[in-house]
Amino acid sequence: MTALSELAMGGKGRVTQVRGVDDVSLRLMEMGLTPGVELSLIGAAPLGDPIELDVLGYRLSIRRSEAALVEIEIVEIDIV
Amino acid sequence: MATTSPRPTRPATQTVALIGNPNTGKSTLFSALCGIHQRVGNYPGVTVEKKLGRVDGAVGSLTLIDLPGTYSLAPRSPDEMIAIDVLLGHRSDVPPPDTLLCIVDAGNLQRNLYLVSQVLELGRPTVVALNMMDHVTARQIKIDVDRLAQRLGVPVIPIQANRRVGLEQLRQALFAASEAVPRIAESPFPRPFQTAVEELGTALTDAGQPLDRYLVERLLLDTGGYLAEAHLNGTAAKVIPLIATLRERLAGENCQVPAIEAIARYQWVGRMLDGVVTHPPQRPVTLSDRLDRVLTHKVWGSVIFLALMTLMFTAVFKIGKVQGDIADVGMKAVGGFFRAHIADGPLQSLVVKGIVGGVGNVLVFLPQIALMFLFIAVLEDCGYMARAAYLMDKLMSRVGLSGKSFIPLLSSFACAIPGIMAARVIENRRDRLITVLVAPLMSCSARLPVYLLLTAAIIPSRNILFGLLSLQVATIMAMYLLGIVVAVGAAFLLRHTLLKGPRPPFVMELPAYKVPSVKVVSWRAGERAWEFVRRAGTMIFAVSVVVWAAGYYPRHSKAIDAPHHQELATLQTQIDTLETAKADAEKAHGTLNEAQQKQLSELNDTQDALQKKIAGDHLRQSYLGQAGHAIEPLVRPLGWDWRIGCAAIASFPAREVLVGTLGVIYNLGSEEDEESPALREQLQTATKDGSKELVYNVPVALSLMVFIALCAQCASTLVVLKRETNSWRWPAFTFFYMTTLAYVGAMITYQVGIRLMG
Repeated sequence: MTALSELAMGGKGRVTQVRGVDDVSLRLMEMGLTPGVELSLIGAAPLGDPIELDVLGYRLSIRRSEAALVEIEIVEIDIV
Repeated sequence: MATTSPRPTRPATQTVALIGNPNTGKSTLFSALCGIHQRVGNYPGVTVEKKLGRVDGAVGSLTLIDLPGTYSLAPRSPDEMIAIDVLLGHRSDVPPPDTLLCIVDAGNLQRNLYLVSQVLELGRPTVVALNMMDHVTARQIKIDVDRLAQRLGVPVIPIQANRRVGLEQLRQALFAASEAVPRIAESPFPRPFQTAVEELGTALTDAGQPLDRYLVERLLLDTGGYLAEAHLNGTAAKVIPLIATLRERLAGENCQVPAIEAIARYQWVGRMLDGVVTHPPQRPVTLSDRLDRVLTHKVWGSVIFLALMTLMFTAVFKIGKVQGDIADVGMKAVGGFFRAHIADGPLQSLVVKGIVGGVGNVLVFLPQIALMFLFIAVLEDCGYMARAAYLMDKLMSRVGLSGKSFIPLLSSFACAIPGIMAARVIENRRDRLITVLVAPLMSCSARLPVYLLLTAAIIPSRNILFGLLSLQVATIMAMYLLGIVVAVGAAFLLRHTLLKGPRPPFVMELPAYKVPSVKVVSWRAGERAWEFVRRAGTMIFAVSVVVWAAGYYPRHSKAIDAPHHQELATLQTQIDTLETAKADAEKAHGTLNEAQQKQLSELNDTQDALQKKIAGDHLRQSYLGQAGHAIEPLVRPLGWDWRIGCAAIASFPAREVLVGTLGVIYNLGSEEDEESPALREQLQTATKDGSKELVYNVPVALSLMVFIALCAQCASTLVVLKRETNSWRWPAFTFFYMTTLAYVGAMITYQVGIRLMG
């Protein structure tokens, strides 16, 4: 179990859980970060925060502090 | 869907409510369907824009209600409640919708269908418009539209709103849909949850307050408690314990509230799309992806961002200069026209000095403001604005704001009004409030004339920093910087005192780039510019008249004009004689001799000086002048004399008035502007009443500039603040805190300055 905030640049992960029951975690889930969804980290703003994700085929930007609420399992990238 | 012929009993106009995610082309579709038939207003009590339009079709017309873009129908505030109330037909100020039109981004069906699942649960006739089909083709995605329509149980119409493709089919579907019997949508929720909803619904009915099924569901899901507070009062309050019990039971049945909603809905979406959407094995890299790689790049992203902002400001300032010259000529011409056609007296003064001088001085900013709006509309529509917020979020979050506050604050350098209006994009109320409360501290274009005049007149022109920078330019830049620093501090304080709360989340979609739609951009910019003109015609008009009257009355003609009657008449006769001589000489192709010419120009100067002295005496006797004298003790610690205090009072409605008022006060007539060397000289040589001491020195000039930089001297800003926050409380607060800041800041500047210089 890893937090999304620890995902390496370009890394892929699968959501296992979003912690918390407040507005932030609800918002994250509404935007598609629900268990089983795959995502990848594709960029970060010049000062390192917020980060940009590819999820459900669109680009979502969240802060690292919010990414810390999302638990993921790392998806191994197939080496062809 | 077969088009049925209209029944005779059908009302002439049907109502359709338009809802969809942000960035799905909702505004483009609204414009494409309604053309110029739109009306924009506000829902009372909230900051939500009420937008209605008319769609004409072969069989009648439709009223289209545009709702704010949203990702989810899960209200947590009165603002978000508006959409649900409109959709359920619970509002008295808009007609209840016969049909719901849900626009979705075809390239992003998974996330977009989340909202569709909520809309379908409302149980109303619904039409789904599948927009941006071109993106789908570009990304080699295939969508089986018929199969999707069958699964959703509602018509699904593929469209391309920006190219007006599919609009006729959409119109037909809308006219036909209200005839269709509402289909009870399949609940996306698992059985135990549905049972709990039914139990809660029954309990509410028993308590005498039945609610729509969708609202019952929301009551169960809304752990924040907003809905319970808004809807469960009186007898219904007794169901509150039941909600807690049901939630506990659901947790045991593997349906944890509130997580169950997102999980269940996204599973439902998965079922709907299974076999409907075919993605290519590899996501092709689109132009938007490539653009984004550059525009959000660590280095290039910031460089391009800075370049864009510089371009925007340079353009606005450049056009401001050109337009300022044209406006000067225009204002003089208009003023001259009225002076020539209205007899001397109060009416002429009201029209020329009050209305043309007041309203005209504000309207001259229109081109600048329209250009600013145009820039912002283009950046919004092409998708760059989201990137700007993304790039700036880290910096803004240090002072307790989010990246979304950046653009409103930036626009406030041109004018706080568009800045405050631009803050509408911030969903979080607390965030939006802080942004609009500090926005007026940014040095707007109306402060610039004041800075220019005082700097040129009083600040010594010499170079500092080894000749790199002139002291005068540095002073003006320092005033801009002062505004920014104070705004940052004020935002920080507000976040930690009055508007305490958790740091707002920054969960934002970065939409795909697109070519901005000319129609949407021009509509948006035009609408905002018109708003500005309308304000100039009402609010500023009224204030200008009041200030004029205060500066004009009471008129002690006997005491002030009468003693000079004789002198003026003699002067006029002498001038007339010489003018006649001059005309005669010119007829004979000659000129006046040197002595005569000198005499004529001296007579003219004497006449001007006398008239200006009379104007100055009148002002001193006027209510405005009396007020200036009354507040003199108050402004003395700032280093001001009564005239500056008087100008400061007059400029409370609009700070640009200061230059004009100073002109009148220094016996110069109010036509002077900051470019006039005469006004500059007057400021340099003005002495205090009954002494030889100069009024202006460096500390006084700085103190006045600091005051102008920090003071809320802009009635329009306060009026817009009232409209955006729907209460007089916040504009009153802003006025109070900014005026206090300005006073204290000016006093410190003067007191410190006079000690350093003395």
